[in-house]
Amino acid sequence: MSTEVKEAAAVAVKEPSEPLFSKKNKKLLTDPLNDSNPITVQVLGICSALAITVQVKQAVVMSLSVLAVMIGGNLIISLIRNIIPSRIRIIVQLVVVASLVILVDQVLKAYVYDVSKALSVFVGLIITNCIIMGRLEAFALANKPWPSILDAIGNAAGYAWILIAVAVVRELFGSGTLMGYKLIPDAAFEMGYMNNNMMILPPMALITVGIIIWIQRSKNTALIEEN
Amino acid sequence: MLDLVNIFVKGIFIENMIFAYFLGMCSYLAVSKTVKTGVGLGFAVIFVLGITVPVNYLIENYVLKEGALIWLDESFATIDLSFLSFIMFIAVIASMVQLVEMAVEKFAPALYGALGIFLPLIAVNCSILGGALFMQERQYSSIAEATSFGLGSGVGWFLAIVAIAAIREKIKYSNVPPALRGLGITFIITGLMGVAFMAFMGIEL
Repeated sequence: MSTEVKEAAAVAVKEPSEPLFSKKNKKLLTDPLNDSNPITVQVLGICSALAITVQVKQAVVMSLSVLAVMIGGNLIISLIRNIIPSRIRIIVQLVVVASLVILVDQVLKAYVYDVSKALSVFVGLIITNCIIMGRLEAFALANKPWPSILDAIGNAAGYAWILIAVAVVRELFGSGTLMGYKLIPDAAFEMGYMNNNMMILPPMALITVGIIIWIQRSKNTALIEEN
Repeated sequence: MLDLVNIFVKGIFIENMIFAYFLGMCSYLAVSKTVKTGVGLGFAVIFVLGITVPVNYLIENYVLKEGALIWLDESFATIDLSFLSFIMFIAVIASMVQLVEMAVEKFAPALYGALGIFLPLIAVNCSILGGALFMQERQYSSIAEATSFGLGSGVGWFLAIVAIAAIREKIKYSNVPPALRGLGITFIITGLMGVAFMAFMGIEL
């Protein structure tokens, strides 16, 4: 109690000059990786997460795009948070995010055209990805730029590892490759091993995520829901 | 006419928004705890998709596409504004949702009471923007085709959310492993329903 009062007093005296990676800020980075993972715990951003996990390469490109849009969006919204009228904040957020997504889309089209074609509408759907709007609403609107950037990086990383984990499972068992490199030797195929074509179909993404959730919640029983 | 029916049926079963493309999963998972709310949100999605897809079709064909501005002046024939499509579509959707909300409140208070809370949620439902983007990608040839695609995908989404809500109501009474309760089992059931819907995939329409 007394330490809290002292801290509060210290904050009041001089504006918070906490170190860039204070304990609180580190928590912003590491929490979304597991205990408050955007996909498996907060249930945000599932829409586009599942459809593009057939190949690891697509998942990596998608994760990087989301990371870029989230950092940009969180930073911009956090900088202008005091001048946005709260009644039209959703439209303001949508416009900021949509402009950033257009930039990302043009960059993808210029440098990795084949992946951009494969992702098709899902790049555009980053705009309505709940993860981005959710973090803007819940965090960037109420916090300073630096913590907002950390929150963006943390949540994008939490999104990315689930995406890549699902993609690794699906690509390895579905086509026997990783990032396009053949992993399962021809000898195995000659002995009767077969790729599981089921893995490439959309429903298996859902089941894989379901299993990841199962494993995560068995380890961390605090996350278990009421029936 | 048969074309339109084909596109409609395709939207419901073969290219189902949830089971084939995972669009609108966030609200699908969040609002499917009871059948009643599921039905409410489902109707709202049909309604909004049926309106925004044709409106976005007009914008795409008379403003954004390469040469689409030719109706204004011959010299605009080379202008290609398609890079603006994301921002235009989302603006149209956000404002249409607002308009629809006001119109429903004024002219159909009973419907507003039923849909009320869900209408504003829909602006950020991926299936609405997804509908607009698929419409752009698939190049439908007339506004009637675009409308029937919008309505079809809406009905498909409605079916999916009502089905999962009914299953979740029943599963409350089953003994699910603790770690799978809630989100986990919903994912797996959706996956199994997706497998069932794959049966429609081979059908050529």
